[in-house]
Amino acid sequence: MRYAMAIDTLKCVGCSDCVIACQMENNVPIGFCRDWVVESVHGSYPEVGLELRSERCNHCENAPCVRCCPTGASHIVEGGIVLVTQNKCIGCGACIQACPYDARYSHPEGYVDKCTFCNHRVTEGLNPACVSVCPTKCMYFGDLDDANSDISNILATRKYKALAPEAGTNPQIFYLV
Amino acid sequence: MKTRREFIKISALGIGAAAIASQSNRWGFGLPLYADENKSNKSKATKLTPTYCEVCFWKCAAWAHINDNGKILKLTGNANDPQCNGRLCPRGTGGVGMVYDDDRLKTPLIRVVENGKQTYREASWPEALDYIAEKMKEIAAKNGPESIALFNHGSAGGHFTHLLKSFGSSTITAPSFAQCRGPRETGFETTFGAQVGSPEPTDIRDTRCLVLIGSHIGENMHNAQVQEFSDAVDKGATIITVDPRLSIAANKSKYWLPIKPATDIALLLSWIHVLIDEEIYNKEYVAKHTMGLDQLKVHVSTFTPEWAYGITNIKPSVIRQTAREMADAAPSVLIHPGRHVTWYGDDAQRSRAIAILNGLLGSWGARGGFFMKASAGIPDFPHPEYPKPKWSWPEVLNGKYPFASMSVSNTFIEASISSNDNKYPIKAWFVAGTNLPVAIPMMSQMQKALQDLELVVVVDTMPTEVTGFADVVLPECTYLERHDDLRDVPHRVPTIALREPAIEPMWESKPAWWIAKQIGERLGLHDYFKYEDFEEVISWQLQQKGLTLAELKSKGIVVLPRHNESPYLDPKEDYHFNTPSGKVEFYSSALASAGFDPIPVYTPHPEPEDGFYRLIYGRAPMHTFSRTANNPNLTDLMDENSVWVHPKVASLWGLEEGKYTYLRNQDGITSNFPIKVRVTERIRWDSVYMVHGFGHNQKELSRAFGKGANDTQLITNVMIDPMMGGTGMRGNFVTFTATGATEEKEAAL
Ligand code: SF4
Ligand code: SF4
Ligand code: SF4
Repeated sequence: MRYAMAIDTLKCVGCSDCVIACQMENNVPIGFCRDWVVESVHGSYPEVGLELRSERCNHCENAPCVRCCPTGASHIVEGGIVLVTQNKCIGCGACIQACPYDARYSHPEGYVDKCTFCNHRVTEGLNPACVSVCPTKCMYFGDLDDANSDISNILATRKYKALAPEAGTNPQIFYLV
Repeated sequence: MKTRREFIKISALGIGAAAIASQSNRWGFGLPLYADENKSNKSKATKLTPTYCEVCFWKCAAWAHINDNGKILKLTGNANDPQCNGRLCPRGTGGVGMVYDDDRLKTPLIRVVENGKQTYREASWPEALDYIAEKMKEIAAKNGPESIALFNHGSAGGHFTHLLKSFGSSTITAPSFAQCRGPRETGFETTFGAQVGSPEPTDIRDTRCLVLIGSHIGENMHNAQVQEFSDAVDKGATIITVDPRLSIAANKSKYWLPIKPATDIALLLSWIHVLIDEEIYNKEYVAKHTMGLDQLKVHVSTFTPEWAYGITNIKPSVIRQTAREMADAAPSVLIHPGRHVTWYGDDAQRSRAIAILNGLLGSWGARGGFFMKASAGIPDFPHPEYPKPKWSWPEVLNGKYPFASMSVSNTFIEASISSNDNKYPIKAWFVAGTNLPVAIPMMSQMQKALQDLELVVVVDTMPTEVTGFADVVLPECTYLERHDDLRDVPHRVPTIALREPAIEPMWESKPAWWIAKQIGERLGLHDYFKYEDFEEVISWQLQQKGLTLAELKSKGIVVLPRHNESPYLDPKEDYHFNTPSGKVEFYSSALASAGFDPIPVYTPHPEPEDGFYRLIYGRAPMHTFSRTANNPNLTDLMDENSVWVHPKVASLWGLEEGKYTYLRNQDGITSNFPIKVRVTERIRWDSVYMVHGFGHNQKELSRAFGKGANDTQLITNVMIDPMMGGTGMRGNFVTFTATGATEEKEAAL
């Protein structure tokens, strides 16, 4: 099992519903977020275009945050989901430094927090909160090892990219372009 | 000068202090922390209550997830609601923030004079209600009940409409007509004999070609519309977007036409020219259903794409190409009527040009065009007939705007100024759920009216600007704490949705239905309010529809069958349009005999002077007008607006990304607060853009106060549409200034 997410940049409208749904679902304190939207503009008026990306932890196969964690709080579970055990985390922030995607933040309660791929929902057979809420239905979540999953299908038919592949982390969030 | 009604800052009453004391509640609602990451959603919801969203007028059916401690943890869409399909928009998802906002109004307030200074004092409900009822009786005895007017918006409005009508007044208005969608209703009514209405019956889901003119779907999050837009992108529909700004929709379009602002009618006429000149209009539909083609043909004969190029900056080849795309897709094509369309004062005519274009393509009544809506039809709870008012909004209008099909809020304001010598003077205002100073760009007249009125009652959940002008402020509870009317939105299929309170009203706040009933009882109108609890009303209404409250409580929404099977016109059948001729009118004799252009014409609009830029405003997906600007969850996503400037303009003025500037308009009005600069290639060099609804000057809105600039403040040139009274707001020009005016000092106090 290898969970992954694909996000269609051609449909995303940058509304940030994925952000607020995550905050609500995961009780993320105000002022912090586990996912965020990036807008990059290219060209000049009127030959101008933009790309919108809903970003979060990439649940890297080769996760630098897990390797550098001194306490083992950062670890990888079934399906390749990268998690932080809150009561093992000493809040040293080494993982925040190591993450090439800036996906982690220091929770005011003293531990490091980030996207969990909504493990608590996924284990119940639900989609992550951000995927379920997205009004443009531009997010796909599923198991890459299952050739018939939505995500395998969409990645088989569309062009896509991942972020910072040069970092060698083998990220599991894909952007359909 | 001594004023009758001074603007009172509610913070003087120590309500602000209360907000700080309970601030700790704001973060995650005080839930306990768990160490186990597998239970990342710490507290489990144990109860689901059905509601429908009130963060915008779309009213998506939703579930409130409540835990054992009676906290609302989150809101999710109801999967059976075709308006949302189980997905709320960001504002709806963040609706919880409205409930747990510590800045909410908490008790009734009454204006009093203390030590020669006007202030509010906290009042009990009976006291506040007695006060209002006494005043209403007094005013009705002198001037008739008709002189008591209601400005409403949202669900609360319905309850006060019932109250006023029971008392004998239909002097009722909403800013949504003259400040928003009125022009398109008039434009479509004079063409198709039918208004567009809300929600729009736009069949985006099945369209092959969608044309957006200044309508920024995706930035305005009218839920199902955005969802269908995404479906259309998926299915490869041709999208054509006309906008001086690279909007999100423009970026997803096959054709983006970066038009010179204020020239849209020229483009529309030129498109009509191409369709007729190349004979690619929908001949069958035009022959069967329309009248006036010959006049139209003559009218547009000179409006070639070359003519339009000089005006709009859109290349002739692009105008032709896009017109052909529309014709290819017809009748499955949709020139979207837009929603906020009060721009230049000739907006009803622009909307009519849009309607005529749709008529030529045969999209009205076609799959992929405009469908015919159906609603459930919910009967009124039994009550005696309303007394017949001696006058109402048409008398207030007094023939001024002959094609206004609804009340015009600005004429209500004029009728409230005593020096105006009104035949039908307005003496009292009820304001429910609308922040008038931000919604209507008529501050100086509003100020005058407020001095003359004998009673101003404001019902709201938040201490918005308008509350500062009230004699009595009534704290309404939020939609998650109350019952409301059953939702019956007309759309492809009729639906009925239920709103139950998810939690008890917080502080002293009360539901609008209860407030209206209490005032009604005091006015001797008991027979109009024969229920103790609003659930009785809902339950009776459901019974009439063969449904039960229990069913609605468990499902939240029911989808009913349409009585007429198809939402589309049968191409074989005749159809009577509700126009004078019974046909789709390309040429309107009614307009001609009232002295208006029977077919739209293009008139040039003023251009910005050197050093000034046209002020364009719009929406952000995470906010609804100004009403969400203090929502703790939504301000976390966006807490201020920014002014978009083209890089060339930025370098000319030395504006830097992320730095702040004041804006000053053509009349010398400077923004109360500085606004953040956003340098972007997404905007033309002759315009600037900002999101509407920011720059609040109410300190009691602790998160919204002083954040960004208020576009309405800078809109002092209002171009009134002579057909329907719309307040055109896009003829204002701004420049940049490092320092604010006197307001700056005030703001800093
Ligand atoms: S919810 Fe969907 S459309 Fe909105 S920003 Fe997130 S990914 Fe994009
Ligand atoms: S998967 Fe869950 S935790 Fe991760 S960004 Fe989406 S909602 Fe947040
Ligand atoms: S569109 Fe958004 S704000 Fe409007 S009713 Fe639906 S969820 Fe609420």
